[in-house]
Amino acid sequence: MRDLLNKRAGARAATLISLPLLWLVVLYIGSLFALFITSIWQIDTFTSKIVREFTLQNFIDVFTDRAYFNVTIRTLFVAICVTIICAVIAIPMAFFIARVAKEKSRPVLIALLITPLWASYLVKIYAWRTMFYPEKGFINWLISPIGLSSPGFGIFAVIIGLTYLWLPYMILPIYAGMEKLPTSILDASSDLGAKSARTFFSVILPITWPAIIAGSIFTFSLSMGDYITVQILGGTFQMLGNVVYQNFSLNLPFAAAVALIPVIIMMVYLSSIRKTGALDNL
Amino acid sequence: MALIQIRSLAKSFGTSKSLVKAVDGVDLDIQAGEFLTLLGPSGSGKTTVLRMIAGFETPDSGSILLNGKDITNLPAYERDVNTVFQDYALFPHMDVISNIEYGLKVKGVEKSERRKQALVALEQVRLSGYENRKPSQLSGGQRQRVALARALVNRPSVLLLDEPLGALDLKLRQQMQIELKQLQRQVGITFVFVTHDQEEALTMSDRIAVFDRGKIQQIDKPAAIYERPKNSFVADFVGVSNLITGSSATAILGKSGTYTVRPERITLGNVASGQRVANGVIKEVEYLGPATRFLVELDTGISLVALRQNTSQSSVDVEALRNTKTTLSWDISSEYEVAG
Repeated sequence: MRDLLNKRAGARAATLISLPLLWLVVLYIGSLFALFITSIWQIDTFTSKIVREFTLQNFIDVFTDRAYFNVTIRTLFVAICVTIICAVIAIPMAFFIARVAKEKSRPVLIALLITPLWASYLVKIYAWRTMFYPEKGFINWLISPIGLSSPGFGIFAVIIGLTYLWLPYMILPIYAGMEKLPTSILDASSDLGAKSARTFFSVILPITWPAIIAGSIFTFSLSMGDYITVQILGGTFQMLGNVVYQNFSLNLPFAAAVALIPVIIMMVYLSSIRKTGALDNL
Repeated sequence: MALIQIRSLAKSFGTSKSLVKAVDGVDLDIQAGEFLTLLGPSGSGKTTVLRMIAGFETPDSGSILLNGKDITNLPAYERDVNTVFQDYALFPHMDVISNIEYGLKVKGVEKSERRKQALVALEQVRLSGYENRKPSQLSGGQRQRVALARALVNRPSVLLLDEPLGALDLKLRQQMQIELKQLQRQVGITFVFVTHDQEEALTMSDRIAVFDRGKIQQIDKPAAIYERPKNSFVADFVGVSNLITGSSATAILGKSGTYTVRPERITLGNVASGQRVANGVIKEVEYLGPATRFLVELDTGISLVALRQNTSQSSVDVEALRNTKTTLSWDISSEYEVAG
């Protein structure tokens, strides 16, 4: 056996990757396939048992019912808002860490950045819940003296909560992209007469664009699939994940059909950005 | 009046505990239209001087005047100088023509006009037809030319070149040396060229400033730098030093001090009258093609390098000369006293 492995580099490589490959195929692609299969089955409306017979009714329901269309649009809207806000905050922060801050303080700043990732998701979201709480929440206390009141739970709180959760996933790839930017390119821009703002928009931003897109893949997909934050901060507001969650025990095939929507959107998104080279930046 | 006047320029790097004086009191006048080379080993301060002229570094003290105007603390984007970087620093997301147009675009030159000027610049560096290539699709030599065109298109008072040929292979480097010199004559712009390659400096420059430890050791025409080095550092860095010093100087030359003789001025064997003579043993022989280099250990203890042109007679087996006795001789006018 050992001789065989030594002789055949190909066999050695195959053995090496077989376990991860098994993991990927069975658990990941397999579960996606199971999701797809389930979505074309139906349910016995009296017993709520799954009937393994082919039907497209679930998809027809999802795409013709106005309510589900609206949920999809709302989910997309939230994901896009979160991604844009994350990018707007992350770009200057990443720039500061990568190019302005002293080299010695960079590891500290990066550590500070990823510290929130060590805390539990639920702890962070419940923290935001106390912030947004109507009347007795922190935000209300803060802005009530100027005659405003907390927006309370809803789409706004969800967007803020998700932005807070996924921001590090946007900053890190942009930081990596900006850090490997050669100083001479920035010098060259200045040498050719460009002030800082011009250099930023004409040189830094276009060159780090793939890194920004790479970050957006995280923020966008994580926001699309979230339902816990929506439950805790959303009030009556719902996203696709909540629809899946609610139908999960009642009508599994229908839940599977709804769950495929974000998968399809992500596939469309990934294939549309393939050309930017963002996927090489992950 | 000189185009650029540099006075008592100084710059240090590092913390107060380990302060390195990169540039230590440099005075330099650069004349309009000349090709000036800043030559020196790495860490000698030549690049730092260039970067301070460009505006990428701020001097600790001293001043830089361009056309009589103090630019010492002016940001890079307000200086009438352009730089060709060692790594070319082309913008990877722009094609060749956009790279060249960048400076004009920033200055607000109208679109058709800047396209026209960029195409002229591209032709000057003989890259017409490459407008729409991306930098990643070009060879090292072509990137170099684009970097040149991108700087020249702005018609700066001074073009600064930071070891621009360092990354090219020998053949291409020699070709670019000739082209650069021709281009400089053609456009009439002052070139300040940084290199650590003494041969490059000698072939291209109108004047050479030799740097060591943050100071200019000597500034003069190439021939003067080579023939009459001011001190042992210059003699050693520009060519082979062949220093005759101490007791050897007394024994061979009959005088004290430090002297240098260039290898090609030393003759092996046949001695004519009125010449210096020294006996020794050939320790190393290097066949170089056009010439052969001999390392001779003299009886007085020092070693000298002698260079002999290869002729049809001399094309014997030069290796056989190793460890044989020989006599070196040179004309008295070939020896030159240098400061220790």
